[in-house]
Amino acid sequence: MRPFKFSSTKDPNSAIKMLMDNTNAKFLAGGTNILDLMKEDVERPDELIDITSLHFTQIKTISEGTNKGGISIGGLSKNTDTANDPVIRRDFPLLTQAILAGASAQIRNMATNGGNLNQRTRCSYFYDTAMPCNKREPGTGCGAREGINRMHAIFGWTNNCVAVHPSDMCVALVALDAVVIVIGTDGKSRAIPFADYHRLPGDTPHKDNNLVPGELITSVEIPKNNFAGNSYYLKVRDRASYAFALVSVAAALEINGNQIKQVRIAMGGVAHKPWRAIEAEKFLLGKSASNENFKQAAEAEMQHAKPLEHNKFKVELGKRAIIRALTQAMNGGTNS
Amino acid sequence: MAITGKPIDRVDGRLKVTGTATYAAEFNQPNMAYAVPVRSTIAKGTITTFDTVAAEKSAGVIAVLTHKNASRLKAINPEEQMKAGVIFIGEDLVPLQDNQVHYFGQFIALVVAETYEQARSAAALLEVTYNKEKHAIDLVSELPKGYKPKLLFGREAQLNTGKTADLIAASPHKIEQTYTTSTENHHPMEPHATVAVWEGADKLTLYDATQGVVITRAIAAYFLNLKPDNVRVISPFVGGGFGTKGTWLHIVLAAMAGQVTKRPVKLVISRQMMQTNVGRRSATIQKIALSSDPKGKLTAIRHNSETYTNLTQFFEPSGLATAVLYEAPLREITYQVAKLNVGAPTFMRAPGEAPGTFALESAMDEMAFEMKIDPLAFRVLNHAATDPETKHPFSANYLLECYRVGAEKFGWSARKMQPRQTRNGKYLIGYGMATATYPAGRSSASARVQMTIKGEIKVMTAASDIGTGTYTVLAQTAADALGVSVERITVEIGDTNLPPAPIAGGSQTTASVHPAVLAAVETLRKDLMLLAFSDTKSKLNGRKADEIDFAKGKFYLKGDASISDSYADIMSRNNKQIMEACATSMPASGSGLGAPVAPCMVVPLATEENSDAKKYSFHSFGAQFAEVWVDEDLGTIRVSRFTSVQDVGRIMNEKTARSQIIGGVIFGLGAALMEETQYDKHWGNPVTRSLADYHVPVNADVPQIDVHFIGKPDPHISSIGARGIGEIGITGVSAAIANAVFNATGKRIRSLPLTLDKLL
Ligand SMILES: Cc1cc2nc3c(=O)[nH]c(=O)nc-3n(C[C@H](O)[C@H](O)[C@H](O)COP(=O)(O)OP(=O)(O)OC[C@H]3O[C@@H](n4cnc5c(N)ncnc54)[C@H](O)[C@@H]3O)c2cc1C
Ligand code: SF4
Repeated sequence: MRPFKFSSTKDPNSAIKMLMDNTNAKFLAGGTNILDLMKEDVERPDELIDITSLHFTQIKTISEGTNKGGISIGGLSKNTDTANDPVIRRDFPLLTQAILAGASAQIRNMATNGGNLNQRTRCSYFYDTAMPCNKREPGTGCGAREGINRMHAIFGWTNNCVAVHPSDMCVALVALDAVVIVIGTDGKSRAIPFADYHRLPGDTPHKDNNLVPGELITSVEIPKNNFAGNSYYLKVRDRASYAFALVSVAAALEINGNQIKQVRIAMGGVAHKPWRAIEAEKFLLGKSASNENFKQAAEAEMQHAKPLEHNKFKVELGKRAIIRALTQAMNGGTNS
Repeated sequence: MAITGKPIDRVDGRLKVTGTATYAAEFNQPNMAYAVPVRSTIAKGTITTFDTVAAEKSAGVIAVLTHKNASRLKAINPEEQMKAGVIFIGEDLVPLQDNQVHYFGQFIALVVAETYEQARSAAALLEVTYNKEKHAIDLVSELPKGYKPKLLFGREAQLNTGKTADLIAASPHKIEQTYTTSTENHHPMEPHATVAVWEGADKLTLYDATQGVVITRAIAAYFLNLKPDNVRVISPFVGGGFGTKGTWLHIVLAAMAGQVTKRPVKLVISRQMMQTNVGRRSATIQKIALSSDPKGKLTAIRHNSETYTNLTQFFEPSGLATAVLYEAPLREITYQVAKLNVGAPTFMRAPGEAPGTFALESAMDEMAFEMKIDPLAFRVLNHAATDPETKHPFSANYLLECYRVGAEKFGWSARKMQPRQTRNGKYLIGYGMATATYPAGRSSASARVQMTIKGEIKVMTAASDIGTGTYTVLAQTAADALGVSVERITVEIGDTNLPPAPIAGGSQTTASVHPAVLAAVETLRKDLMLLAFSDTKSKLNGRKADEIDFAKGKFYLKGDASISDSYADIMSRNNKQIMEACATSMPASGSGLGAPVAPCMVVPLATEENSDAKKYSFHSFGAQFAEVWVDEDLGTIRVSRFTSVQDVGRIMNEKTARSQIIGGVIFGLGAALMEETQYDKHWGNPVTRSLADYHVPVNADVPQIDVHFIGKPDPHISSIGARGIGEIGITGVSAAIANAVFNATGKRIRSLPLTLDKLL
């Protein structure tokens, strides 16, 4: 770890100003990701601006605007508090399940919602400074492309980068059509639809998301929905807990009779961003909730997958995971 | 009532849970500097240049050592090392002596600074250029260029090469399959750590995380050209070893840094270095062939193991268990070893038996299925009552009892022969079992015992407690031998100033050290008793030893406890503030892993206690039973229950013994389901660099583990009757799980770990 300056502030605008004054500075929230990356010499900020005293920690029902009746979660609320909020548990159980599927209780107690969105890939070539990595050091090449890529992407990758976004929480958020609220250097708020927040690698894999310099996540808004009774987050991983997803699926259904009125499906562990399974959704909308339809929906989505050398299994696994998650959602979203 | 065998809590438990047990890295010294090694970023080649300027200028840096300025140490020389007792050296590579790179991550420089953070940040500034050569990293393609080792632990390595071919080929009942296991790393919780403290130019103290202080001393003294007596190694607590804390030469790096800076130096190995610099269990490819007669009696066993090594004679000896399990007239066990540019492989919990039993016990399951015989019945049918290779009788062998008890406790009879018969919702449920085995060794050991007039008793021996419970069981043995409570006993271990004991390796500590402690305590007790007999003021004056019993810190007359004399009274009347005795126990087969010299009085062996490997075959046995639930759609396997029955001789402490088996089973579960170190073929680096990538089981993966001991003392291994217990728990576990997966799904997975992609 290299020496760095530690700064702190209670005022969002001065936090942003401090960040803009030093191009080598970074925000510090829970620190569960950025500190690890600094110890590994991957991130090398010379200043950390502690934002944990900013007041963006409320979790509250939205009383006006387009997302009225939905919920707003603070950018600096802890993952644990978010998952356990009674309204979220009742009305947005998909989010609770997704958060609780990630990391460990200790890490979730420290981790913030903003930090969760901005956490970086777990690609081990990214973490190893002896390896080439376009995300860490643009232009050096992608170590994982021809290396060991079992954990890597099957959708949307380029030869420049085949990494996946590691978050579970974000998979639920993209499924729930969340909106990321940020403030920038002008002190004004900007709303970014969740699906547009994270990026595909293209030829700029060093950019994970579409924040512009100086922007700070203040909250994430989730519009009201009718999925509470029929949603499910399935995480498939190499051990029972405390492992990143090989494939995860957030599935939410609004069923009328047996007809699917609304459907949301998103996947984790398959792309550089939380992957909204648009093809599967399109297929299911208006159809009946049945195993056969779930199967065809899964096929429709996964036919576009482009696996790498070591992750071919993710294509079949992805199909089965979509079917399983939809089935569980249809059956009331509990574990059985 | 005897305390030995009782499941008492660890005597050091409180220290551990309150964080007050001092581990190597916690022996901070005044004016201490911190050393951080720099690792190579190629797997093979030569270092052409070092640019150390930026690192040297970096804040707090005191010294940067490379092969250019490091002092010259003694070179690797196996013969000379053997004479100096330098066994169990991790790898044959003395650091910073030349510009050669043999594997990715090799230590090539050392940065010493005022703080750890400064040393680490400066280490990142070192610029190195290489002349890179083509490295060997792929086992399969390198095997043909490999070699057939002649010796394995001093014995003939290749057994009956080629001799089973005709018989097996002609047999109507046979199976021939290939099984593979992954490279694994030990990853004990505590990383390796050393604090080196020089006193003048020729006296060195090392606070080190080691499985054996005596061997660490020999190694440090040898390479640094010091007299062994001038090196002291202190290691009171060790946070797990599993074989990786033999001795790796970062200890001499710390010492070299101390020489250069003239300050105490701390060096702690990082989790990333634990993947590259302190050993591994190499991957194996094992080909097994079995043939049987129509009744299911094996006629031949062939086990060909292929693996890799580098910078050491050691290679994973996967055929070891195959030499002692099952009766078969003909047995062929062979090895082929490739050389890869990977750090040295080393002993890892049940080296050989752990991967070997995966192959053999999977093959036994396949053969039983082929013969339509229950796999447990098939093993009973082929049970070897005497050692099938050496033909010696076993010192004790209750394997059949393990099978019987295990089957009953586990409910084996409910198993269906045909796979895919049991379901619960989306899960397929299966049962599997396997045999466990591990050799029972014993080495020389010495111990000293002191008693003060206040009745405080100290047991001293240079043994190690690597988390196994040595402190506790030694206190139990001493307490019983003196008839006092355990609270009276203080155990001091892990210091070369104490009488020598063997390295905590090969599950030998209990079998080796207890006889020495027992003998020392008995000597002390006898001396004390003789004092009483000759003391006219003693109520026991003039009595004879066979009339006397002892309890609660007193000698008393058998039959009349009122005629007694307490230890304290005897000592006080005779003006003894302290009494002391020392004993060395030397098994009939020699000093083994212990010191060849006997610093104390040598204990005569009891008649029965014939620890002679030429007369008896010393092995522990067990039976492992697993139930798995497989989610077939997703390929995920959950071990839902596990029963382990072990025949390991006498149990010294039910609780610590159980913990050893539970730990072993979890270790095996990790190997079965998830552990795998993967190497990148272009770079030769392990990509599983941290515990986020190298998965070990978490609590949610671990089921209820039901442990049972046969508990019958082994009359021949020692006066105590206890064989080792640290390693056997892992053996057979992965096969039991894989066999259960077959029973559940009908899919035979012959490649570890059983990750879900293999079941899709
Ligand atoms: C061992 C381990 C296992 C894990 N397993 C999982 C898992 O299974 N699933 C999963 O989803 N996650 C997992 N995580 C990741 C964890 O969820 C993230 O580390 C955490 O959410 C990050 O939040 P933080 O507040 O600690 O962020 P920090 O580490 O403080 O910050 C992360 C980044 O976000 C930036 N940032 C933080 N807050 C803001 C803000 N308000 N506005 C703009 N930028 C901001 C920081 O500058 C930094 O670049 C794991 C982490 C660890 C260490
Ligand atoms: S996949 Fe992306 S993060 Fe990983 S090595 Fe390639 S460029 Fe770097």
